[in-house]
Amino acid sequence: MTDITTEKARIGAPSAQPFINGFTEEGESLSPINAGDATTTTAAPAAGPLGGASVKSHSHGGGVGVPDSSRAGRLTSYNLADFKPLTGLEEDWRFTPLKRLRGLHNEALTGAAPKVSVNAPEGVVVETVGRDDKRVGTAAIPEDRVSANGWENFTEATVITVPAELQASSEVSVLINGSGTEASAQHIVIVAERFSKSVVVLDHQGTAVVSENVEIVVEDGAELSVISLQEWNDDAVHASSQQAKLGRDAKFKHIVVSLGGDLVRVTPSTRFTAPGAEAEMLGLYYADAGQHLEQRLFVDHAVANCKSNVLYKGALQGRNAHTVWVGDVLIRKEAEGTDTYEANRNLVLTDGARADSVPNLEIETGLIEGAGHASATGRFDDEHLFYLMARGIPEDVARRLVVRGFLNEIIQKIKVPALEERLTEAVERELAASEH
Amino acid sequence: MSTLEIKDLHVSIETEQGTKEILKGVSLTIKTGETHAIMGPNGSGKSTLASTIAGHPRYTVTSGSITLDGENVLEMSVDERARAGVFLAMQYPVEVPGVTMTNFLRTAKTAIDGEAPALRTWTKDVKAAMEQLRIDADFAQRNVNEGFSGGEKKRVEILQLELFKPKFAVLDETDSGLDVDALKVVSEGVNRAHATGNMGTLLITHYTRILRYIKPDFVHVFVDGKVVEEGGPELADRLEEEGYDRYAAGAGVAVAPAVQA
Repeated sequence: MTDITTEKARIGAPSAQPFINGFTEEGESLSPINAGDATTTTAAPAAGPLGGASVKSHSHGGGVGVPDSSRAGRLTSYNLADFKPLTGLEEDWRFTPLKRLRGLHNEALTGAAPKVSVNAPEGVVVETVGRDDKRVGTAAIPEDRVSANGWENFTEATVITVPAELQASSEVSVLINGSGTEASAQHIVIVAERFSKSVVVLDHQGTAVVSENVEIVVEDGAELSVISLQEWNDDAVHASSQQAKLGRDAKFKHIVVSLGGDLVRVTPSTRFTAPGAEAEMLGLYYADAGQHLEQRLFVDHAVANCKSNVLYKGALQGRNAHTVWVGDVLIRKEAEGTDTYEANRNLVLTDGARADSVPNLEIETGLIEGAGHASATGRFDDEHLFYLMARGIPEDVARRLVVRGFLNEIIQKIKVPALEERLTEAVERELAASEH
Repeated sequence: MSTLEIKDLHVSIETEQGTKEILKGVSLTIKTGETHAIMGPNGSGKSTLASTIAGHPRYTVTSGSITLDGENVLEMSVDERARAGVFLAMQYPVEVPGVTMTNFLRTAKTAIDGEAPALRTWTKDVKAAMEQLRIDADFAQRNVNEGFSGGEKKRVEILQLELFKPKFAVLDETDSGLDVDALKVVSEGVNRAHATGNMGTLLITHYTRILRYIKPDFVHVFVDGKVVEEGGPELADRLEEEGYDRYAAGAGVAVAPAVQA
C-alpha cells in the first residue's frame, strides 16, 4: 500500500473552509457585522469619466442623504457633529467591520494616546504643541467620522519641521508606542519646508485603539518620504488619516506598510496645490487569519502638470484574513498635463482569505499625459506548489520564494537600508507563521 | 546505471461520482539510456501515470509499487522525488506569480544538487541552454511561465530538463500544441539531454509525430489503464498507419487487430 504523507495529501485537497461570513463572492454585499438590513450597493465602476457634477464646493460637497458619485464631493469637516453616526452602509465604510473599531467611531476618545518619541537628525525641529497651534489644520481636514473624532479629541500634537533647504543626514524616526486599549486620539504634523530633503518613519508599535490624524506639508521644491509602518500587536485598532498637501515642484513619497494589528485602516491622500509636483504612493500589507487591513487612498490632481504613481501590494493568508484597497484618483478640469497610474496587486496564499480591490479613476479633462489603473488578485494555489515542488523545491522554500518575490518590489523602494532589512525579516516572520 | 521500476500499479482518483480507478495494473521498467514511448488514446491513463510518478496528490495509489534503484518512490514527497532524480515535463505548466525564471531555476538547481551552482558557470549554462532552445534572453527576468505561449512553456520545461539533469525524464505530452518548428527545437533538447547517456526517458504522447524526432527503443500502447501491446519502434509506425481503433473493442485486453474499414 502507498503511504502518502500528510504534507502531500494536503496539496490539492479540496478546501473544506467555507467562505468568509458575511461576504458574497461578488463582494458587494455588506457585512452583517455592519448592516441592519443590508442593501446591496454596487461597486464603484473601475473607471468612468465623470460629468460636471463633481465640480463643486470642496469642503461640503456631498450633502446629506444625496450620494455624490465624485470623490470631490465627499463631506469634509473639523466638526465631529457634521458627520452622521456610522451604519456601515456608507461607501467608505462598507468593508470595515465597525464593531471591531472599539469605539473609535462612537465614543469620546479619552484614552491615553500612544507615546511618541522622535529620534531626529541635526537641524530637524520636534515640538509638542497644543490644539491651538497654527500649524494644526494646515494640511488636513477630516473626511470621515473617525478622523473627525480624532480631531475633536486630541490634546496635544507632535510637530516635526524640516527647515528650509535642510538635507537631513538620516531619517527622522518617530516611534508611536501604544500601551492601552482605551480609545484615544493622536495628532502629528510633518512640515517639509522649501527645498528641504528628508525621510520620516512613523513606526507604530504596541497595543492601542487610536484614531490618528497625520498632516503632511511638502512645501515648494521639497522632497519628503513618509513611511508609515504598522507593526502593532495583534489586538490593536488603528485608523489613520494621512493627508499631504504638495507645493510647487514638490516630490513626495508615501509608503504604507501594514503588518500587525486587529484592524488597521489607513486613508492617505495627496493633494496637489501647485504645478510640477510628483507623488509616489506605495503600500505593502500582509494579513493573517482574522486581520482586517484596509487602505483607501486619494490622489487629488487639482492643478496642472503633476505626476502621481500608486502601487500597493498585499499578501493574505489564513481564515478571514481580509484586505481592502480602494484607490481614488481624481483629475480635475484644471489638471491638464496630468500623468497618473495606480495599481493594486494581491496574492492570496490560502483558502478563506479575502482581498477587495477597487480602483477608481475620475477624469474631468481630456488634456492629460496619461491616466491608467490596474488591479489583479492572484492565488498561490496547490498547483503552483506542486509545480515548484516537482522541481525539488521544498514546500516552505516554495512559499517564501513566491511571497518574497512579490513583496520585494515595494520593500526595495523604501531606500532606508535598516528599514528594508527589518521589513524583509518581518515578512519572513509572517511566512513562518503560516507554516504549521 | 539506474532503474525506474513500476510494478502492477493501480491508481484511482476521487470524482463526484465516487472513486474511479484509472490505472489498472501497469508494469514498466526503464533503465538509463533507454527511451520508452507510451502511446494511447485520450483517457487511457497516460497522463495519470506521469502525474503519479511525480507524486501529484490528486492520484491515489491503491496497490503496486514504483521504485528508483530499489528506493520506494511512493514514500517520497513531491520534492524528494525530484531530488531523487525524477523530472516531469508537464503537459500544462502553471504560471507562478512573483518568481522570476532566474530565481526559480537557481533555487531548483540548488535544491536538486544540494548546493548552490557556481555562479559563473551556471549563468553561462542557462544562457547557452536558452539559446539552443530559442528562448529569448528576456524570459530570464519574467515570472515563471507568466504570459508565455503554449510553445514557450514547453520549451521552458525542456530548458529545465537540460539544466537539472535528472536520472529519469517523464515527458507528458510535451509535443501537444506545438507547431513543427517548436517540435523540432523541443525534440533536439530532449535528444541532447538523452545523449549524455545518464538519463532514461518516458515519452508520453498521443501522436506519433514526435517519434520522428525522438527515437524510442520501446513502445507501449495504453488502453483503459493498461498496457495492451508492447514492442519496438516498429509498433509506432504501425500505430501511425492504423491508429488506436483496433484496440477499441479490446476493453483493456490485448486482442488481435480488428479488421477496420
